[in-house]
Amino acid sequence: MSTKLGWRAGIAAVLLIVSFIFLIPSLSKELPPWWSSLLPQERIHLGLDLQGGVHLILEVEARKALESHLERIVDDLRQDFRKNKLKYVEIKRNGLEGVELVLMRGEDQKVFEDLVKNNYPDFKLQTGGTSEKGMTFQLILNSSAATHLMKLAADQALETIRNRVDQFGVAEPDIRPQPNHRILIQLPGIKDAKRAIDLIGKTALLEFKLLDEENSLEEALKGNAPPGDEILYQFTTDRKTGRKATIPYLVKKRSPLTGESITDARVQLDNQYGEPYVSLSFDARGGRTFDRITGENIGKRLAIVLDNHVHSAPVIQDRISGGKAQITGHFTMEEAKDLAIVLRAGALPAPVKILEERTVGPSLGKDSIDQGFRSMVIGLSIILILVIIYYRLSGIIAAITLLLNIPFIMGGLAAFGATLTLPGIAGVILSIAMSVDANVLIYERIREELRLGKPPRAAMEAGFARALVTILDSNITTLIAALVLLQFGTGPIKGFAVTLTIGLISNVFTAVFMARIAFDYLYVTKRWKTISI
Amino acid sequence: MEIIKAHLNLDFVGKRYIAFAISGIGILITIVLLLVRGGPNYGVDFAGGVVIQVKLEKKHVPSEIREALKGTELQDSMIQEFGESGSLEYLIRLTNPDVGKAGLGDKAREVLSAKLGENVEIRQVEMVGPQVGDDLRRKALWAIFYATLMMSVYISGRFEHKWLMAAVMAGALIGATSVASLFGVGLLWLIFIGLFVSIALCWFMTLKYAMGAIVSLIHDVFITVGAFALTDREISISTVAALLTIVGYSLNDNIVIFDRIRENLGRMSRKPFLEIINTSINETLSRTILTGTTTLVVLVVLLIFGGPVIHDFAFALLVGIISGTYSSIYVASPILLLWEGKRPATAKGKKG
Repeated sequence: MSTKLGWRAGIAAVLLIVSFIFLIPSLSKELPPWWSSLLPQERIHLGLDLQGGVHLILEVEARKALESHLERIVDDLRQDFRKNKLKYVEIKRNGLEGVELVLMRGEDQKVFEDLVKNNYPDFKLQTGGTSEKGMTFQLILNSSAATHLMKLAADQALETIRNRVDQFGVAEPDIRPQPNHRILIQLPGIKDAKRAIDLIGKTALLEFKLLDEENSLEEALKGNAPPGDEILYQFTTDRKTGRKATIPYLVKKRSPLTGESITDARVQLDNQYGEPYVSLSFDARGGRTFDRITGENIGKRLAIVLDNHVHSAPVIQDRISGGKAQITGHFTMEEAKDLAIVLRAGALPAPVKILEERTVGPSLGKDSIDQGFRSMVIGLSIILILVIIYYRLSGIIAAITLLLNIPFIMGGLAAFGATLTLPGIAGVILSIAMSVDANVLIYERIREELRLGKPPRAAMEAGFARALVTILDSNITTLIAALVLLQFGTGPIKGFAVTLTIGLISNVFTAVFMARIAFDYLYVTKRWKTISI
Repeated sequence: MEIIKAHLNLDFVGKRYIAFAISGIGILITIVLLLVRGGPNYGVDFAGGVVIQVKLEKKHVPSEIREALKGTELQDSMIQEFGESGSLEYLIRLTNPDVGKAGLGDKAREVLSAKLGENVEIRQVEMVGPQVGDDLRRKALWAIFYATLMMSVYISGRFEHKWLMAAVMAGALIGATSVASLFGVGLLWLIFIGLFVSIALCWFMTLKYAMGAIVSLIHDVFITVGAFALTDREISISTVAALLTIVGYSLNDNIVIFDRIRENLGRMSRKPFLEIINTSINETLSRTILTGTTTLVVLVVLLIFGGPVIHDFAFALLVGIISGTYSSIYVASPILLLWEGKRPATAKGKKG
């Protein structure tokens, strides 16, 4: 009998030590050098509600990516027509379905159909009717291709955002894809939420467009913009007066050069005023294009367009062949840095919309931790006192097993790399309070057995045996609730479900297995005559 | 130490009609409040909108703050004081599904610090756009649905030992709700249908323990939602989490009493059912009081010391657990008596 008891005590001790081992990374600032990679390294993660930080759910507007793709196809078709000497009356995008095209000469039809089959395999060709204008065709995008494109856009957006966040420098960012082209982002410990959110949400599409200085801006503003031109606005704020202005520009729609050609973007300081600016480096092809544009348009103005707003429109002084350009404009150091980050990481393939934002300031996080732990200490102390008063020595045993729940639960959290949230702390408190139930069930049975006149050891064994079934049963139902919450919950609620689940399991273990060790030791090995209960 | 003397014999079951009356009034109040207000008071989690928690340097009347926000998207928001009285914290709340923008927290800070001339600290921002609001609502309802399903099955199986019946019940529930959802029925209705089907099945299959448990669960949820309506609190995701936990705890409580009833059925088979139930409740009274007390103590501590963020959550758990303990004694057990006279021949039936 005593060897069995020895084994059990040994198992309990080992489990306790293992829990502590899992806890050490969270408790100490640095791990000692002999802590090999075999031993656990994970700390307990603190939820955003305890650390402060930002939680975002973004939706990638994948349909816009489809639009852009179709616009590119229209451009490609125009080029292919020129190459193959075909003539079209009009080529335009047809919503999100595909492209509509009117062929000028009927003889071209065969060449055209071959062209589509060879170069545009994602499209199905449908003949429309024939009118005086010409033959109408529809190129319909395959639904599988469309789905694939949208998924690609969402994946690319995720990568770009991850890139940007990496460069921004966040301790443990959590960026994951969600169904329906959504992205979940959690940035713990962020102090400047606004800056982070701006950085993430910016589409950051950089385009260089030539100004159309031949045609009239006033005419265009009235609605008579020439074809191939568009009006874009620049928003300025006078540094000294704070006055805001909106300036319209008439620009040529086609962007000969975009941010795609940028290989690097760095923040530099201006020699004269020490003002920060962003210096761009183009790739080889981009460099040549830039060389050509600046060479052909000396004296004309080139608009630097960011997300469809004109950032600036400097005059081209000289041909620039070095493959470098500058974006200047009264930046603060932070603005310049952030611009450099988004240009380096690349534009988002489609705009993103923020569906959910939860930001917790660091001071609230700290307060929550304090309040959570204070409640735990006070609540648990009261319970321990109650239990000891009510059940005397057995109460002391119960109190010890209740306290032992804490390292087990915390160790479990560390082992699973789970996150502790404020409701999670409530879950710990609640599960320990509920675990008193197990002790009570056992002790009340023991009391009944003693009343029936059974000797201490028999009463103790009967009590444990008969209470066990009820204990398991009743914990299972709360466990079902916790598991459902685990499955469906997010964030803080998930934290609650995790601690509740671990707590319930640990509670059964301590109340039954560990308390039994103590009892067996006293009443079997030591053969005490009376149970203090 | 013993608070409850052994061989205590309070007549719980005899008082059940009074209890039914009290519970009935409670549920009626809940239904009336819900009808009058057009549904539960959904927070931003489910209704969409934005909540901004700010900390100012001086005390302000809410209308001052709203004045300062004029001209921004937040101008029609509800402003209320938050937390303890000296905390100088306020909630700016706009429950409007169209406000799906980010960065409102900073907008508020800019505008308020400019107009009020003090240091404004943003403690917390929660913005839930309409799509996510819908999603969360749906997730919460699915969670409740699955939990209800699994618990119904578990109770039927465990108590009636009729696992086949449990499978039948699960199948019927899934079947009924699938058919209903084909008709485009909303999730909330699906849950009601599920519950209705469960109870009907329990009646027809004489699963009296299961029925007792399910009815007491419904009772507890209604009472908790009613308490929220009465105290003008908002239902958020954490409220739903609390409700699920309450359901688990209430079942927990029922099981302890039911187990004892079954045990006593074996030992006291000659006595009338009513007496068996009473005895069982009395025998487990010590445990009920102790466990109930420890859980309540801890929740009250959480309510007082846990801070405003977790306050509503703790409140829900508190109400729910009191209701859960009460319902195990006064709702679930008396329902067992509905089948008086239909019990196996060894017992002397007594009309209850």
